[in-house]
Amino acid sequence: MLAIIALGVPFAAGLGSAAPWRRGIGWLCTVAVGIVFACGVGLAVRVVHGPAVTAFGGLLRVDALSAFMVIVIGVIGLLATWQSVRYLTAEIDAGRCSRRHASLYSVLVQGFITAMLLAVLANNVGIMWVAVEATTIITTFLVGHRRTRGSLEASWKYLVICSVGIALAFLGTVLVYLAALHTGRGANVSLDWTSLMAVSHHLDPGVMRLAMALLVIGYGTKVGLAPMHSWLPDAHSQSPAPVSALMSGVLLTVAFYALLRFKAIADGALGPTFPRALFVAVGLLSLIVAASLLLTQRDYKRMLGYHSIEHMGLIALGAAAGTRLAIAAVLLHILGHGLAKGVLFLTSGEILLTEGTSEIAKVKALLARRPALGGIFGFGLVALLGLPPFSLFVSELNMVRAEVQVGLGWAAAISIVCMAVIFGAVVSHGRHLLFGSGAEGAPVHKTPAIVTVPLIGGLVGCAVLGVVAWPLASLLPAAAQVVAL
Amino acid sequence: MSSSTYVGVLALVAGLVLVCAVVTLWRRSLAAIVKVLAVQGAALGAVALVLGIHQHDAVLMAVACLVVATQGVVIPMWLDRVVARNPASREAAPIVNVPASLVGAGALTFLAYSVTGPVVALVPTTGRLVPLGFATLLIGFFAMAVRRKAVSQIVGLLIVNNGIALVAFLATSGFPLVVELGASLDVLLVVVLLRVMASQMGSKFGVLDLDQLRELHD
Repeated sequence: MLAIIALGVPFAAGLGSAAPWRRGIGWLCTVAVGIVFACGVGLAVRVVHGPAVTAFGGLLRVDALSAFMVIVIGVIGLLATWQSVRYLTAEIDAGRCSRRHASLYSVLVQGFITAMLLAVLANNVGIMWVAVEATTIITTFLVGHRRTRGSLEASWKYLVICSVGIALAFLGTVLVYLAALHTGRGANVSLDWTSLMAVSHHLDPGVMRLAMALLVIGYGTKVGLAPMHSWLPDAHSQSPAPVSALMSGVLLTVAFYALLRFKAIADGALGPTFPRALFVAVGLLSLIVAASLLLTQRDYKRMLGYHSIEHMGLIALGAAAGTRLAIAAVLLHILGHGLAKGVLFLTSGEILLTEGTSEIAKVKALLARRPALGGIFGFGLVALLGLPPFSLFVSELNMVRAEVQVGLGWAAAISIVCMAVIFGAVVSHGRHLLFGSGAEGAPVHKTPAIVTVPLIGGLVGCAVLGVVAWPLASLLPAAAQVVAL
Repeated sequence: MSSSTYVGVLALVAGLVLVCAVVTLWRRSLAAIVKVLAVQGAALGAVALVLGIHQHDAVLMAVACLVVATQGVVIPMWLDRVVARNPASREAAPIVNVPASLVGAGALTFLAYSVTGPVVALVPTTGRLVPLGFATLLIGFFAMAVRRKAVSQIVGLLIVNNGIALVAFLATSGFPLVVELGASLDVLLVVVLLRVMASQMGSKFGVLDLDQLRELHD
């Protein structure tokens, strides 16, 4: 029941926001996503110690992992829809956007959230694929929402690259189905994840190897893993800030969730070695790409985009280790990264709005001129760089521990070197943006509470998760157990 | 239909799908490339039809008609309208020239045969044709990487999807219908979107050439 509410409410809110946009409708959408979050918590409480919940005749299935992902979507969706009210008001006031265009945005954002929820709630991996693909189509409109030359180029690149990627994921799914058809179980074969898991030890290893390679490249494209990452910095820098926050904070990890599900099947069919090698390869490659390109960034939104590639590389390495500890750390990292990156993208949207440029060189001394905004941006960077007390510190530490335990210490060492390079690059960019003295006598601007309240809330949440584990103490291990080795 | 004619006909139409992919690499005129794409869509539909008739599977036959209608008629017609605005448009300077592309296509076909061994071994009869689908997919990829016109990239993407559909038909004789329909709808939507963007590019910036889009880079 809760699963149906979680899917239905944002869908209904999407239909409702087809009316010409007003602030009231914006707040209604925020409330709808808040309900999704509440449903996620409710589902988590139910499934954490009990059996999985199903709905619609088994079409939807919620285990601890799905419930966790619903919570992630709910939390970051809440931040993003809250900030959307501010974004749309500002765009309409500036005359860059009509009310009709704003309602299109609102409908698409709710559709986007619904599609992501369907992807994590569906038991059938075919439907999961359809849902992930639906997010691509919906977000293409959102990336191009500003209708500039740059955003057109970004949405073209995004759609072309992600369509190819998702097509490969489809082929991988076809091959998994083919392997399941030939396990000798007769007509009982379906694309349900549970039934695939049940036969995973009998799947043909040769076909599964090919399938897993295609799935890692295919869904990896949507995750933003190298070598198919090149759409990411463009799309994330050109989209409206709330959309960037949703794409970077949740969409990437929803695609990663799909990979985790398939990895569990492949682990059964092939043993841990082959899937681990694939995940290590794409993870390390992503980290190296991110480290080398972050050094020369001149645009702070692109900088955040490359930072996402780094974090996706880190969770790919964590998933490669695949133990219960590793997966629990990966999931905590997914939530922590979503919060920190969501807050940073939303802050960067506000900086872009007030400063009028996204070039690092042209923005200076934010702390002196806009203390609240600069402070939030600074703390967000601290969180993202993995410093305590934020939860990313805890999750990175545990991922490295897990990697060392399974003999991936060398990969962990390379990842630490890359993280150190990125640390240096981001600190030097951040110092330029934040510190320095403003021009003599320049006014100190206040940032409205509608902006600061959700952002500070997100950062506090990230810090609380880093200090005390109780909110997730039983959920994380239960969710990790679903797909761990 | 006897078993040997069935396999023969199936091999013929599946082979035609691959041949069309190679021909798109050879031709440079965008109008010609779109025509070849239509033939490929029809050939793909024929594969599904032959399989459907052989297995007495009405659903598969219906899917075949759908494939012919969308991939063979509707999508090529849309693309034709984009091309028609500038009928002489050609792929003037592909990154890799035509003879080298054809050699590349040969190498990719070889690669397709070498990676699909396990699938061929697993599926009786039709499995031997699965490498054709993989080769089509790889050639589509290649076309997307080396061609610079917006329309050629859309065609490349469609060839990739046709290759995947060919594998799905031959290896599993039809995927669960919901997913199959979702996938076709997706191809349709993506093409509509890309076409709209291509026209926007044309009307706003006067280019259909992706080389002109160089604002975002590092």
